[in-house]
Amino acid sequence: MKINGNAHKYGDNVDTDVIIPARHCVSIHEEDLAAHCLEDLDKEFVNKVKPNDILVAGINFGCGSSRENAPIAIKGAKVGCVVAKYFARIFYRNAINIGLPILECPEAVDGIDAGDELEIELSKGIIYNKTKDTTFTAAPFPETMQEIINQGGMVNYVKNRLAQSN
Amino acid sequence: MAMTLTEKILANRAGLAGVTPGDLIIAKIDMAMATDISSPLTIKVFEDMGADKVFDTGKIPLVHDHLVPAKDIKSAEFSKIMRNFAAAQNIEHYFEVGRSGISHQLLPEQGLVHPGDVVLGADSHSTTYGALGCFATGVGSTDMAAAWVLGETWLRVPDSIKIRFSGKLPEWVSAKDMMLLVCRDLGLEGGTYKALEFGGETIENMPMYDRFVFANMTIECGGKNGVVLPDETTREYLTGRAKKPEAEWMFFQPDEDATYCRELNYDVSDMQPMVARPNLPGNVVTVEEVEQVAVDQVYIGSCTNGKIEDLRIAAQVLKGKQINKTTRMVVVPATESIYHQMLKEGLAEIFHAAGASIGPPTCGACFGAHMGVMAAGEVGVFTTNRNFVGRNGSTESSVYLVSPAVAAATAIRGVITDPREVL
Repeated sequence: MKINGNAHKYGDNVDTDVIIPARHCVSIHEEDLAAHCLEDLDKEFVNKVKPNDILVAGINFGCGSSRENAPIAIKGAKVGCVVAKYFARIFYRNAINIGLPILECPEAVDGIDAGDELEIELSKGIIYNKTKDTTFTAAPFPETMQEIINQGGMVNYVKNRLAQSN
Repeated sequence: MAMTLTEKILANRAGLAGVTPGDLIIAKIDMAMATDISSPLTIKVFEDMGADKVFDTGKIPLVHDHLVPAKDIKSAEFSKIMRNFAAAQNIEHYFEVGRSGISHQLLPEQGLVHPGDVVLGADSHSTTYGALGCFATGVGSTDMAAAWVLGETWLRVPDSIKIRFSGKLPEWVSAKDMMLLVCRDLGLEGGTYKALEFGGETIENMPMYDRFVFANMTIECGGKNGVVLPDETTREYLTGRAKKPEAEWMFFQPDEDATYCRELNYDVSDMQPMVARPNLPGNVVTVEEVEQVAVDQVYIGSCTNGKIEDLRIAAQVLKGKQINKTTRMVVVPATESIYHQMLKEGLAEIFHAAGASIGPPTCGACFGAHMGVMAAGEVGVFTTNRNFVGRNGSTESSVYLVSPAVAAATAIRGVITDPREVL
């Protein structure tokens, strides 16, 4: 599957409090959360983002609170993929679990400017910057994560485990 | 095979003779906690998974702490989801408003976590329990739902950072000041995917209540878990409250030749009270170095510093004094039993006489929900753990993180103050 979209670029340590502030966390619905995605970092983000656009960020993306509302808000905003230098660990697990595509690739982040047109081939971890004609390859996922991705997220993973044990 | 404390706990709960960093393991879970704010999504995912029963009704603490007492209709609806689920699943450790408190103080207080346990919490400060020598980490709602179904979770064994403190801590300097120093040195990301292992003579001589601060704020350095080496002080704390029999407490210790990815050593003999400036917990200076700004609100509470001992320290500083007239102060005891104890000891009278407001146990303004949220342009001095942009209210407010002693002294002067100057 290829994801084509434009880059929205932010810095290091984007925390889950700015991805989805606590005042909006009294909902578990994707559309409620998406309406406030990144509100405390960039009020214009929800107006700018188009389906399949790529969120690009520095180190430790998603640090702080464990709120799963954060990746849900990003997924709900129809972001195609998040590319970061690396992710905070709880966000990393949450994103994989709910099926929000993420890739870790410091070189790609350095080689992408806001507005660049990107094409991402998720299964191979390939990030192609069409604007600059450069290609990057993301780090592979740990074995267990890849297994969860292959099964379509944690809900299916657990369903399959339950089916096996019955 | 030489192992760190975290490696020994994980190996034991994975049924393995040994583990090394990077190993992917499946660990058995002793407790899998969720709160009023994280459980509604967990419950939905649990149902989506096609599950009908939790793996063990005695191992799923459900705690009303974030939005309680219900701050509005939406939070009331959230609380109701957890309340109904607890009743339907016959959950043993369900903590209703009035018999509850902030989960990270409540679970240890109620004897639900023990040395050697593996504990998951659907809240990032679930690392707190590691102060008792267990493995504890925060997860999202989907991981929590999977844990409720399976009774186990997958983990990557983390590298460990060895942190040791030596020297006698000066009076009015506390674990909070020590941990802010660690936050400064590791930064917001220095502990990412890693275990922080705390020990040394300063901690050995420290009461249990202060040790929780290290494990609690481990997440502020990105840490996966924080552990304090368990000892006789840990045993005394557990005695009379632990739910597991003493024979099942696993007092693991790291091997002397265990491998660490990094070591930090501190001599605290001359330490000063520390302050984290806006907007990062690692943006740390001494109380002497910090800028003199007019403080609008002082907040004493949270899973970091809302314990009875914290309140005693604040009351000791405030006794017989008045809060600065352009500063307000909010005190939020972490649990109902702490609240009750505060009343019994006369601390509430000291706070009231000084001009402070006392709120019911809740996470409250620590995560910007209610009970002391900040307006644009306001300056707050909080005993909490995080001061990110917008964390405690308006994105245009500024929050400084301090110990309870510094917070109380600040309330008196109206600017950030070393407690030794007002005593």
